[in-house]
Amino acid sequence: MKMSGAEILIESLKREGTKYIFGYPGGVVLNIFDTLYDDKEIKLILGRHEQGAVHAADGYARATGRPGVVLVTSGPGATNTVTGIATAAMDSIPLVVMSGQVPTMLIGNDAFQEADIVGITRPCTKYNFLVKDVKDLSRTIREAFHIATTGRPGPVLIDLPKDVTASKTDFVWPEIDVRSYKPTYEGNKWMIKQAAHHIAKAKKPVIIAGGGVILSGASKELRELAEHTDTPVTMTLMGLGGFPGTHTLSLGMLGMHGTYYANKAVQDSDLLIAIGMRFDDRVTGKVDAFAPHAKIIHIDIDPTSIRKNVRVDTPIVGDVKNVLAVLNKVMKEEINEQWNEVRKAWLKQISVWREERPMTYTWSDEVIKPQYVVEKIYETTKGDAIITTEVGQNQMWAAQFYKYDKPRTFLSSGGLGTMGYGLPAAIGAQLAFPNKLVIDVAGDGSIQMNIQELATAVINKLPVKVAILNNRYLGMVRQWQELFFNERYSHTNLDVVPDFVEVAHAYGAVGLRATKPSEVEPVLKEAFRIKRPVFIDFVIDWKEKVYPMVPAGAPIDHMLFEEQEKKPEKKLKAVR
Amino acid sequence: MRHTISVLVENKFGVLSRVSGLFSGRGYNVESLSVGETIDPQISIMTIVTTGDDQIIEQITKQLNKLIDVIKVTDMTEMDHVEREMVLLKVAPRQADKAEVLNLTEIFRGRIVDSSPKTYTIEITGNEKKIEAFIELMKPMGIKEFVRTGKVAIAREGVRKKG
Ligand SMILES: Cc1ncc(C[n+]2csc(CCOP(=O)(O)OP(=O)(O)O)c2C)c(N)n1
Repeated sequence: MKMSGAEILIESLKREGTKYIFGYPGGVVLNIFDTLYDDKEIKLILGRHEQGAVHAADGYARATGRPGVVLVTSGPGATNTVTGIATAAMDSIPLVVMSGQVPTMLIGNDAFQEADIVGITRPCTKYNFLVKDVKDLSRTIREAFHIATTGRPGPVLIDLPKDVTASKTDFVWPEIDVRSYKPTYEGNKWMIKQAAHHIAKAKKPVIIAGGGVILSGASKELRELAEHTDTPVTMTLMGLGGFPGTHTLSLGMLGMHGTYYANKAVQDSDLLIAIGMRFDDRVTGKVDAFAPHAKIIHIDIDPTSIRKNVRVDTPIVGDVKNVLAVLNKVMKEEINEQWNEVRKAWLKQISVWREERPMTYTWSDEVIKPQYVVEKIYETTKGDAIITTEVGQNQMWAAQFYKYDKPRTFLSSGGLGTMGYGLPAAIGAQLAFPNKLVIDVAGDGSIQMNIQELATAVINKLPVKVAILNNRYLGMVRQWQELFFNERYSHTNLDVVPDFVEVAHAYGAVGLRATKPSEVEPVLKEAFRIKRPVFIDFVIDWKEKVYPMVPAGAPIDHMLFEEQEKKPEKKLKAVR
Repeated sequence: MRHTISVLVENKFGVLSRVSGLFSGRGYNVESLSVGETIDPQISIMTIVTTGDDQIIEQITKQLNKLIDVIKVTDMTEMDHVEREMVLLKVAPRQADKAEVLNLTEIFRGRIVDSSPKTYTIEITGNEKKIEAFIELMKPMGIKEFVRTGKVAIAREGVRKKG
């Protein structure tokens, strides 16, 4: 039977297991939207901006591990997806983004709403396609899903000219084999043995777990390795939840805003076991001074991650889960150590650092401290929630003061640092887990970047909660200006911040506010009881900064702490 | 150090911009790049001459390998290989120098592929040294312009990687 391109597209998506498409219509995708109109199996979630739709698909993907699917129109619809795609690319999130395109006849003619989206997204997709013939459509979709979800995952874009979705052909579902794309899944046995011997010999080892642990579903194997060899674990921002934050071996996050004890341990270590992470500059600080005494074992599925930023002694290319399973086996079968004896001194040293400078903040009776809000979110939910974040101080506090015990419960734009990510991502996660509490920890600046998505939440009855840590500033940038630019607050005072309670009402959501510390817990409890989307406006201490902090370009044990602040408060310009 | 890298790619729409985009996006050097079909028309081969320290060259080969359309990457510098480049060079010699131009062309086993009352167009093929030497010798003769193809390279048969 002949089917139209649009029908083939929908049928192919079903075969790939797609339940939701996040999208936005327009002229050249009318055929596809028309086909969707009658479809019972696939639901289109209409965003209110294409960037929001992509972030929602991304949140869905991060929360579930399944690819997020997006459908937008050509030109502005397609260009609006770019930030979302780049966000997913930087964090290795599988997405299949389909953009409409002007008819093949008109491509290259500067036709109405034409944009060379394949050219524009080439550097920020894992791969992209322009489909020129309806006969290639189903194969292309299959390849797109294959490429997006295997190896190091990432976003794939398919550009669909209008005539391709309109014309008809027989439906086929071909087997695919992309001969030039063969990711390495199994680690080299010899290298794994070498790694095992390094671990056995090390006196002061530290595991650094990154997002790859979560992407490959290797939490169990990681935990086994850490527990069996009594090795402490620190996590990158992307790795949070990959190892239980409440575990005695957890050092929390490392890097620019990492814990004192994580950074100290890394700098002092004689062996780093880097798993599914890529030594981002926010993690290493000054590269030349990073972990100067350590041998480095680096396990990653992407060979380009290895030796890109730091020297590596034992590189292991492979899927983290597979490699760790083999490594654990070798550790158990071939190496005989009394681990708790061997590690005693090192773990003792770490607990000294832990006590020396635990993660703290200064309590206030009068004004809400943002860290307290995050702590209360953790306590109230008992850690059983999915947390998304915006970008800035809010993101760092959410990373520092909530303990993530399970993978896929902390969704945050790490690599690109995209303000406006959190709300749409929460929507995607909530859609996948309707009965879970999904909370966006937000800043008053970031939330305004995709605030329109509140409509998406309301209309789809997705009861996401948005905890706005409202400091009336672009807080993180203000923090840098205070510390490194002589308090010259160039364009970081937001001056006019909307009344978020009223904004919530205007969208048909619930708006709550807390202005005093005593109100924080009751307002959270109330918000979590309400089965509708809620904005909670926490009017916080605008002077609060994220500590510890490693100034950009410094070694990661050169940290600034709150108590080193000497500046008299009155020097800071009072706000409203 | 300078490396000559051979890249087998799917002969697909956009593949050249994927490769060149990789070099520009990551700030790698390209001294020359040539592309052509192979015996299998679905596969093209690119020869890229680039410079960088060992770490950069390692990243370049890995990053090339990571591109979905790339089938195989070979760093020719690591093996015995033959490299060739062609130059088309237009000279306008004085009357007195004409014989010398013809003579040098002969010595370099070049060919005159076009001539006019005032100019000769000479084709020279060879490795980089030879091409450069010829250009040097022609400079005093009055070069009007020249065009180089960029290198192509192929491994010698039956040789293994250099230690
Ligand atoms: C789209 C985008 N634009 C600019 C930035 C740079 N930036 C990083 S943090 C930040 C301030 C964020 O302010 P807010 O959302 O209020 O959060 P806070 O730091 O106050 O918690 C800015 C502007 C960014 N990360 N993303």
